[in-house]
Amino acid sequence: MKSHVFRPLWIVIGLVGVVLIARLFYVPKDFGVHERGYMYGWYRKGNIKDWENVKIKYQGSDYCKNCHPDKVESISVTPHAIIQCENCHGPAIDHPSDPPKLTIDRSREQCLRCHYPLPYPTSGRANIRGVDPDTHNPGIECVMCHNPHKPSLEGLK
Amino acid sequence: MIDRRNFLKYAAKGIAGMSLSFAAIDMLNPKKLFANKSEKSPVRWVFLVDTYKCVGCGMCVKACKKENEIPYDANVTRTWVERYVITKDGKFHADSPKGARDGFITNKIDLGLEGYKDIKNENIRKAFFVPKLCNQCENPPCVQVCPVGATYQAPDGVVLVDRTWCIGCGYCIMACPYGVRFFHPKYRTAEKCNFCYHRITKGLKTACVDACPFGARMIGNSKDPSDPVTKIITTERVEVLKSEYGTKPQVYYIGKDEEVR
Repeated sequence: MKSHVFRPLWIVIGLVGVVLIARLFYVPKDFGVHERGYMYGWYRKGNIKDWENVKIKYQGSDYCKNCHPDKVESISVTPHAIIQCENCHGPAIDHPSDPPKLTIDRSREQCLRCHYPLPYPTSGRANIRGVDPDTHNPGIECVMCHNPHKPSLEGLK
Repeated sequence: MIDRRNFLKYAAKGIAGMSLSFAAIDMLNPKKLFANKSEKSPVRWVFLVDTYKCVGCGMCVKACKKENEIPYDANVTRTWVERYVITKDGKFHADSPKGARDGFITNKIDLGLEGYKDIKNENIRKAFFVPKLCNQCENPPCVQVCPVGATYQAPDGVVLVDRTWCIGCGYCIMACPYGVRFFHPKYRTAEKCNFCYHRITKGLKTACVDACPFGARMIGNSKDPSDPVTKIITTERVEVLKSEYGTKPQVYYIGKDEEVR
């Protein structure tokens, strides 16, 4: 055993041992092979909980209805009923505590997302009435005349 | 008779040998490597996109970016909407400006550095919008290539990224045939759509499904035969993207055309 050939071998074996011991302390206990096997299920199990605990920001119309039933009711009888409140009003998150006031997107671009005329066959877009933004009162917000909660022409301001 | 030198030598070797516990070489255990798949999840999340219903408003992209804290003005997004325009001369054009975060509010096709291409409505043969998102493949190539076990498939089929474990090598971004992965500019780790894992595990729909006014996006559980999405997938004509790769994608499309890849 007293040979110069073996000396580097002991060093290598020692290094492997150090790595294995370091790994023992560094790698979390729940890291390993899980349900989907080695190829797809080699991971730290606690990460699933991490992702489940991400904060929900979009609360949905039912959340809005708790305090603003009149607004939700009024839009529910119009073609705009299919649009979620938060699409224009922004994510509620913990409103009314945080944020106390939501920022409403009143821009022309917001309306044009659907109402810019793109008569594409085989797309539902063709069935939505549109306006040419370059000729239809350019420069002013649509909500100056139109009420998004009552988009029919009777709702004109 | 053992002398002091040899005693110390053997003692050091013995202690080193003993401290190398069997737990440390656990990863070499073949039984665990081929772990049994006995823990069957009752849920397998699948997605269904109806391209006839999509109008390209981009509300889904806006909601996704805010819900999942993807930097709003950075040109990265977990989901996006593509516009396809096929003209009567047989040419096809596609664009997705800013991933359609602001929808499609012009008929000009965004060609990137080459500017915009104006296509007259009367020259259009067919045109439509296609929302894209992670396919949560049954055989995810992005997971296979991860050298550190940072990305993986959860028991319910969703492919997740462990941000604390990702080293940012980018192999998964190269491996995904659908281009759904990118680097998160803030966390500097691989990022992808995870079907809003924090929402679906609490009984909610994903942010994009909730934001879509036209019902073009649907999420369901393919292990539940009474699930409306499962019913459509099993009884109607649906298609997946790039089936030739063998990844078994789990986002199904109604009305997918041959130009869509």
